[in-house]
Amino acid sequence: MRKVDWRIIIGVGIVGVVCLVWLLVTGGLIWAALEEPDREAVINAVGPRVVLLVVMWAVSLAAVGAVLRQLVAYFMTAPARLAEEAQVLLGTDVKRRLVAQGSVENRRLTDLFNQLVEQREALRSEMDVRVQEASRNTEMEKSRLAALMSELTKSVVVCNLDGRILLYNNRARMQFRALSKAPGVAGGAELVGLGRSIYSVFDRKLVTHALENIQHRLQRGAASPSAQFVTTTHAGQLLRVQMAPVRAVQSPDGAADIAVSNDLTGFVLMLDNITREFEADSEKDRVLYSLTEGSRAALANAQAAVEVLEYPDIEVEMRERLLHVIREEIQGLGKRIDEMQTSSTNNLRSRWPLEDMLGADFIEAAVRRIETSLPVRAEWDAVDTSLWLKVESFSLLQALVHLSSRLNIECGVDTVQLRLAENAQRAQLDLLWTPQTPDIKAMMNWELEQIRSGSETLSLTVQDVLTRHGGDSWYERDADGVRAFFRFLLPLAAPQEELASATFLRNESRPEYYDFDLFQSSEQSRSLEDRLLTELTYTVFDTETTGLNPAGGDEIIQVGAVRIVNGKLLQQEFFDQLVDPKRTIPAETIPIHGIKPEMVKGQPTIGQVLPAFHTFAQDTVLVAHNAAFDMRCLQVKEKATGIVFDHPVLDTLLLSAMLHPNQESHRLEAIAERFNVTVIGRHTALGDSIVTAEVFLKLIPLLAEKGILTLRQAREEAQKTFYARLKY
Amino acid sequence: MSQTILIADDEPNIVISLEYLLKREGFNVLVARDGQEALDTIVREQPHLVLLDVMMPKKTGLEVCQSVRANPLCAKVLILMLTAKGRDTDLSKGLALGANAYMIKPFSTKELVQKVKTLLETGA
Repeated sequence: MRKVDWRIIIGVGIVGVVCLVWLLVTGGLIWAALEEPDREAVINAVGPRVVLLVVMWAVSLAAVGAVLRQLVAYFMTAPARLAEEAQVLLGTDVKRRLVAQGSVENRRLTDLFNQLVEQREALRSEMDVRVQEASRNTEMEKSRLAALMSELTKSVVVCNLDGRILLYNNRARMQFRALSKAPGVAGGAELVGLGRSIYSVFDRKLVTHALENIQHRLQRGAASPSAQFVTTTHAGQLLRVQMAPVRAVQSPDGAADIAVSNDLTGFVLMLDNITREFEADSEKDRVLYSLTEGSRAALANAQAAVEVLEYPDIEVEMRERLLHVIREEIQGLGKRIDEMQTSSTNNLRSRWPLEDMLGADFIEAAVRRIETSLPVRAEWDAVDTSLWLKVESFSLLQALVHLSSRLNIECGVDTVQLRLAENAQRAQLDLLWTPQTPDIKAMMNWELEQIRSGSETLSLTVQDVLTRHGGDSWYERDADGVRAFFRFLLPLAAPQEELASATFLRNESRPEYYDFDLFQSSEQSRSLEDRLLTELTYTVFDTETTGLNPAGGDEIIQVGAVRIVNGKLLQQEFFDQLVDPKRTIPAETIPIHGIKPEMVKGQPTIGQVLPAFHTFAQDTVLVAHNAAFDMRCLQVKEKATGIVFDHPVLDTLLLSAMLHPNQESHRLEAIAERFNVTVIGRHTALGDSIVTAEVFLKLIPLLAEKGILTLRQAREEAQKTFYARLKY
Repeated sequence: MSQTILIADDEPNIVISLEYLLKREGFNVLVARDGQEALDTIVREQPHLVLLDVMMPKKTGLEVCQSVRANPLCAKVLILMLTAKGRDTDLSKGLALGANAYMIKPFSTKELVQKVKTLLETGA
């Protein structure tokens, strides 16, 4: 059934009317020109044949219609079709040749279109090849880097500027295990993980200080600045940390060479556990001390005795005493040498890392630090700006702040000055103030107290810090007679030696722990609520229990969890822990979870496991299947453990019910089957967590199709579903 | 009237020799065996000069030195520090805290006696 084409009907109508008018006008003119008898004759001749005239007119109209139809198809429909087809080609990825129709011009146009499409396809495939090549290269770079990192004997952690971990190697994971407060529970997985904050391990101030240091030197044009600091961890371990900047890369369009800018996008930390080295160092110091200073005393005693013995008139008794002195001291020296031989301090190691720092920079940092942490004004006195110090700036700053704080509290000092000058191959840094009382008794001991920084007390004294610098400190009156000062003698910097990093190969498993996309992410000022589901970090967890009534005495016997970071399920970062419920496990539940009483005996209690799990889940959104139950189990324990889980929660059961309201079952197996997720280890906490996580990853795009993009939307929608009557 | 010298050192092995030597040189010699005793003796006896060992129990030589210098009654007492610490920082510190001179162990007794005499003559 062909559509009525109004254009043809109107066209035919117009032609018909024109013909009719022309006929009538012509007829009228002829009529006017005719004489009466002729008119009679015409009426007689035409009159009976008027019907024929009309029929002929109609027939000619049909012919006109046919011609018009051809013309319209030829000149109008063909271009219109061409336009539609071209529109399809433009808007989609369909590849086809257009069939040429209609006029010659139209055919030529079609041909040109076809050529353009071919050209476009060629360009596209060329681009695809290039992209694939580039990503292959990137992948190769990545795996090269990963291989390199895994074979490094140093622990390496790469972070973005917010302190989020982007990459770490196996060695680092082992290192963090040693730092974990609950090594038996999470094995350090609660500390190191993609997207986790490095600040749960290191004091934020330390890292910031090192970063500022690097930034300063970058601005001054240092080629490859790095900073070092030493820190003690909660577990009492000493870590030496080397920090190197990760700089932003600017690649100008089309330029082959890549310029590195001075903007930091992150940093690399290399960690060394130097606890043992430090102990060895201290031991070495002790031996060195006893060998040098101890021997000096012994030598002095012997030498003095010998010199007295040279007097010819010496009494017998005195002579005996002096000889005894010499014998005693020589024996003592011999013993000391033996001790040296047997002591295990032959492996000389590097000491505390001191770095080169412009003295003026240090003063600036000290002024800032004192003024921000104390109600004390800090001013510049005479500062020799040409001096370079060799210092461990963090601990030295803490020492200065400590002394300033003591001055402020004990003596009411509210202004201090800082002075820096050279003094015989060393730098002397003075902390000056104007004393109200000339009481110096107290100050003698300030250098020997443990440094207090804010509310914490460090294990170091001011004296220790100076000893570490091979320097010293004391209290003195200034030459101007008014002020007093603490003087710090510090080493001046020599040219910095390059650090050679000796690496030897090890066969450890390759890491799969990197996610450079985190470099793109930055601390969001938006609350989690308005974050996109695709960019959140999730802890997907499950608990196994002795029964279904957590409020009525049923206990958790297993906790399992995995992490989703940047839309990826991290297989390496899991939490899997059996828990001793301190009660019997009902026999009828054992077939369900497969946990027998002897398996939980000797395992940590919930009081030990929950803190570690809480740390594991820090800053993430909790996800569980039928989360209401698991959350209830956690909340029942809040009072006993003091651990509160106030994370945002998403429930795969509710989300699934919302998306597919017509499905009858929303059990985990049923949903997994629907999404074609392989189920392994069902009804172990970790197994269920993995299945739930995979299901959740499948749900996210489906939610997006429904316009549910943010955490807030997902939670609100889930609340509305029928199942949401189970309030958490 | 002979001048009084206090030897403050906790090691009897050096005290024997120094005491003998200085007595031979005609000085009046006192001995103190720790920092506290040294400080008390200095305040009580006002010796002309103290041979002060840095490493002593109860009070280190540096503390004694500081306390002496803080006490206007003992302004005239000369202090010659004796120490096994040979680093330049120790030296700077001793002098900064008010020692008049400084000798590092081991030393020649002749030089020590010479230094004592020079100090007593110049008074500083």
